[in-house]
Amino acid sequence: MTLLRIVLKSLRQHLLSTTITSLSIALAGGLILSVWIIKDQSNAAFTDVNAGFDAVLGARSSKLQLVLNSIFHVEASPGNLAWEDYEDIRKHPGVASAIPIAVGDNYRGFRLIGVTPELFTETQYREGSKYALEPNGRWMDPSRREAVVGGFAAAQLGLKVGDNFHPYHGLIFDEEKEHAETYVVVGIMKLSNTPADRVIWIPLAGLQKMSGHNPESASDVSAVLIKLRNPQSGFRLDMMYNKQGNRLTFAWPIDQIMAQLFRKISWFDKVLEIIAYLVALVAAGSVLAGIYNSMNERKRDIAILRALGARRRVIFGAIVFESTCISIIGMVMAFAFYGIIFSTAAAVIRFQTGVVLNPFALHSALIWTPAGMIALGALTGCIPAAKAYRTPVAENLLPVS
Amino acid sequence: MALLEITHLKKNYRSPDNQIHTVLDVPEFSMQPKEQVGLCGRSGTGKTTFLHLIAGILTANEGQIKLDGQDIQSMRESERDRVRAFQIGYIFQTFNLLQGYTCLENVLLGMSFGPGSDRAYATELLQKVGMEDRLHHYPRQLSTGQQQRIAVARALANRPKLVLADEPTGNLDRQHAMTALQLIREVCKANGAALLLVSHDRHILKSFDHCWDLATINKASKEADQ
Repeated sequence: MTLLRIVLKSLRQHLLSTTITSLSIALAGGLILSVWIIKDQSNAAFTDVNAGFDAVLGARSSKLQLVLNSIFHVEASPGNLAWEDYEDIRKHPGVASAIPIAVGDNYRGFRLIGVTPELFTETQYREGSKYALEPNGRWMDPSRREAVVGGFAAAQLGLKVGDNFHPYHGLIFDEEKEHAETYVVVGIMKLSNTPADRVIWIPLAGLQKMSGHNPESASDVSAVLIKLRNPQSGFRLDMMYNKQGNRLTFAWPIDQIMAQLFRKISWFDKVLEIIAYLVALVAAGSVLAGIYNSMNERKRDIAILRALGARRRVIFGAIVFESTCISIIGMVMAFAFYGIIFSTAAAVIRFQTGVVLNPFALHSALIWTPAGMIALGALTGCIPAAKAYRTPVAENLLPVS
Repeated sequence: MALLEITHLKKNYRSPDNQIHTVLDVPEFSMQPKEQVGLCGRSGTGKTTFLHLIAGILTANEGQIKLDGQDIQSMRESERDRVRAFQIGYIFQTFNLLQGYTCLENVLLGMSFGPGSDRAYATELLQKVGMEDRLHHYPRQLSTGQQQRIAVARALANRPKLVLADEPTGNLDRQHAMTALQLIREVCKANGAALLLVSHDRHILKSFDHCWDLATINKASKEADQ
């Protein structure tokens, strides 16, 4: 109780220093939490997303580009493949389902994707989860100019059932490239927390035959999303398309392709980690400097406490406890910093990819970061505490002029 | 049995030119329980050093200081801290109140390292010294005389057997000094504590039945004079 009272008094007496050093701890703790949790959650989220498919077949290109374009709806399409190619793989005995998609247009920056109704009626985008519609909506009729809008895109664009819109040519919004066709929104999809949320879905034929598109390639598709009957089929198709053929690319398995991406950019994670740890060291240094520099003005108080009977170890403990308290206050604030950084990063990732990160998901960093920072704070406090421990009592009790 | 017994006490200091100087050489000094003793001496004759030695803040080079039968000099530092926390009250010339603490907190702190905080007793002590309406004031909000009253209350907070007062009236004018002295003596008497008060002002010490001149009991001082 005495120790707590002494420490609380000291924190209050050195309020400015306490606030600044706590903020530096908060910043460091928030950064470390953000770096670790965003990195791990992104990694898990992106490798987990496959829209319910095992593989993608597309024009000859990198597998990563194919997956990013067809599953995450980012990146440019590597090219088209002929309808016959789609028919071939659809009939392959190792393929359970094959859904063609066509890309190439947008509406105010949100991609239009031409697709067959099976994507909505047959596909489970996650084990046990099918795409669903908000009330008053229905799936589009493939023979009409109708659209179903992903929940996130609908919210961003303000689209609702019954609205009409004109698509724009290309994947990047350009007001001068408006198509003549008018599409009517017939359904808004419930949020699935997948890239599908930020897509406007229209019938495959609608996109293939959009005015201004090359009529000669009207039957081509951009990619085929494939569900395999078994993994062995994946090996056989990989051999057939990637090793024996040179015209198409078979991107399989999707999760490993995404994992490869994260391995390639892991050096960036390392850089962020190093920066976060350096910030933590600087923060610990600021606690050390803040308390150490105040030791001269505290000498008299320490001498008085000793004269009143406080033992050396009480004085040592008070300084270490003070440093620990600063770290605890800092770590409480660190969660606020983490919340801000995480929310911003999650919003950007969701806007760009549709992938949703969960700030409340449990992560070991939520335990070891506060524990580590508080331990570092306590350790840092040992240096000024040692100085306080050695403070000579008699000479610091002398009258001051 | 004497409360305080000092025998063959010596304290040396090493000067900057590495010479060893004896500042205190007290062959014998004692005090009875509840006794009030005045100790006078010129500035620089080792009065504060003498009190610091009794309080265990400094250690002697030779000799014994027995407080209530226990030799402080042979104790470890933590044991001397404990003696200070439980048995000794100290009033300083500049009061040495902690500026970040209120009057009540200063007194409570005087208890907390010893018998433990007792808010009722702390308040009672502050009432005794006439500071009951200043419990939550900070030292900077008080006059010099009021600060000294708080220092007196704090010195008695741990129910000490011995109160050491080092020039407690040094910062006060003659009239206030006499009032303060009377207060210290009355409060010590009321609480059953012995009082050893040092001052360079002989006028202050006239009221003590037992008054010593440090120069007479300190052989080192005599040698220096010769």
